Amino acid sequence: MSEPIIELRGIEKHFGPVIALAGVSLGVHPGECHCLLGDNGAGKSTFIKVMSGVHQPTKGEIRFEGAPMRFGDPREAIAAGISTVYQDLAMIPLMSVARNFFMGNEPQKRVMGIPFFDHDHANRVTMQEMARLGIRLRGPDQAVGTLSGGERQTVAIARAAYFGAKVLILDEPTSALGVRQTSNVLATIDAVRKRGVAVVFITHNVRHAHAVGDRFTVLNRGKTLGTASRGEITPEQLQDMMAGGEELAELEGSLGGTV
Amino acid sequence: MTENVDQGAHDERIKQTSKLRDWLIRPELGAACGTILVFVFFLMIARDTGMFAPDGIRNWMIVAAQFAIIATGACLLMIAGEFDLSIGSMIGFSGIVIAILSVQVGLPMWLAIIGAFVVAMAIGAFNGFLVIRTGLPSFIVTLASLYILRGLTIWLSILTTNRTIISGVGQAGEGDWLGIAFGGVAFQGLFQWFADVGILATYATGTRAGQPLVAGVPMMIIWAIVLIVFAHLLLTRTRFGNWIYAAGGNAQAARYAGVPVNRVKILMFMFTAFCATVFAAAQVMEFGSAAADRGMLKELEAIICVVIGGALLTGGYGSVVGAAMGALIFGIVQQGLYFAGAESSLFRVFLGVILLMGVILNTYIRQIITGEK
Ligand SMILES: Nc1ncnc2c1ncn2[C@@H]1O[C@H](COP(=O)(O)OP(=O)(O)OP(=O)(O)O)[C@@H](O)[C@H]1O
Ligand SMILES: [Mg+2]
Repeated sequence: MSEPIIELRGIEKHFGPVIALAGVSLGVHPGECHCLLGDNGAGKSTFIKVMSGVHQPTKGEIRFEGAPMRFGDPREAIAAGISTVYQDLAMIPLMSVARNFFMGNEPQKRVMGIPFFDHDHANRVTMQEMARLGIRLRGPDQAVGTLSGGERQTVAIARAAYFGAKVLILDEPTSALGVRQTSNVLATIDAVRKRGVAVVFITHNVRHAHAVGDRFTVLNRGKTLGTASRGEITPEQLQDMMAGGEELAELEGSLGGTV
Repeated sequence: MTENVDQGAHDERIKQTSKLRDWLIRPELGAACGTILVFVFFLMIARDTGMFAPDGIRNWMIVAAQFAIIATGACLLMIAGEFDLSIGSMIGFSGIVIAILSVQVGLPMWLAIIGAFVVAMAIGAFNGFLVIRTGLPSFIVTLASLYILRGLTIWLSILTTNRTIISGVGQAGEGDWLGIAFGGVAFQGLFQWFADVGILATYATGTRAGQPLVAGVPMMIIWAIVLIVFAHLLLTRTRFGNWIYAAGGNAQAARYAGVPVNRVKILMFMFTAFCATVFAAAQVMEFGSAAADRGMLKELEAIICVVIGGALLTGGYGSVVGAAMGALIFGIVQQGLYFAGAESSLFRVFLGVILLMGVILNTYIRQIITGEK
């Protein structure tokens, strides 16, 4: 099996007295969709924020492409090819869709040697990527604040998928989506994965997870309950596990000793 | 997975809006209406007073340019989500620094001016650094700077000269290239030609007989135009401009997307300090002196221009062109009332009314654009 492109070992994250993560390990391979599951407050968002450079781990090690790595801020992670859809979407309502789409990654063209924001390119790509996910925008200059919740979520996903060169992290990307848009997003995850991108997919929906996931890791109260590969675990077992590990004893066998 | 969406097709869920309406609904609309309104108003009441003669125009253009210079800085800073209440104190401070360095210390004028820019921008950077580090509202941090800088300015001035006004800057800056870049006039040849062909009136008597009434475009106006064009292009046409909007719109989201929010904000504090120093340098060169009490209340006037121009007080939204129009409104009203012989206290009444009307109109326009309603 290939080396994991990103690997986190024994990650702990404390917020003052709150221990949000108490030693979580996880690796993602190129071309793999790794689902991260768990109850509310389990620490999923905190964990992916460690991967995306928002949080610095209190303890633990991050290896990226085989070498130790420490992301000081999201900018460094993005530069390394990691892009993220955050649970709160990280969109700016007053700004246009195209400006949001390219925020932090603005395309430039030179006019008399001065780099200018290439609005034409930005507008074209935005419309095209949104259409790909089944959302028809009024125009690329429409303010994000005028979009519906699901449309907004789609902009965030389209943006991350477009820029996620090596690792794509999705924190509950389908929570507000309609049936058609959800299947578009799942199809996008599949396509991105086939391109060799490593995908981390957080969801509470076992069917969604099972549809695209290659491996599943369940978090509970800041700890890893276990990791299982597709085929080793049925959706029902996964469902039980996500409920918080009460059924853990029964499940241990099916986890294949990866706990 | 790819759907064929015909982008040219008409969407049945969108009402057709007229091109004119689309073109009109923009952040500057309120300021543009205001500008037209005050123009028409003063054309009616003050046309015979010389307000619209060449030297009258120069007169209110200079005032408008002064407002525009500081409003430009305040505008970008406000869009980036921060305030600077120390603009006025910075104007007084930079002026005194120029005067002390040139008159008291005896440095060449260009070095004194550059020195003032360096000191002012360092203070701007420190303001920004404090805001970022402490997480306090910039309103509070720069309110402190307002007092600290004003106090320091008076103290420095008295310490070095025993006075709060330092004169002799004119002589010290005689013929200095940078001094001329702030206090001189541009296009003198062109204006002389205007006079020669009779477009422009000339002095009839005195030492300046034959010279045009208006010698050229004061550098204050040139600076205002340069700063407005620069800031407008920076904001709307560059990557950094997108970062300014993002930093003010939602700093956290911008950080998550990889925008260097801290750097953007600190640079905008420095730019505001830069603009205040441009104002100070031009004023000192024009008056030939510096005074420790210059620039009082300018921070609020700059903010008013910016808000009339359509910017949102909480950041993330605004227009440099709008702020420039706000400054123009200011200039016309202030000088127009003077030309019309109105009680000068009416200026403030007028301002308050315009501010209120502008903000109400702008809020309405913004809600249309951003779908808040
Ligand atoms: N900045 C913070 N400061 C203090 N506590 C925090 C902070 N961020 C997260 N926590 C705490 O860490 C724990 C894990 O939060 P996290 O957001 O990672 O959960 P989650 O698994 O993503 O939940 P959900 O499914 O509801 O999104 C929670 O108890 C939360 O209160
Ligand atoms: Mg979460």
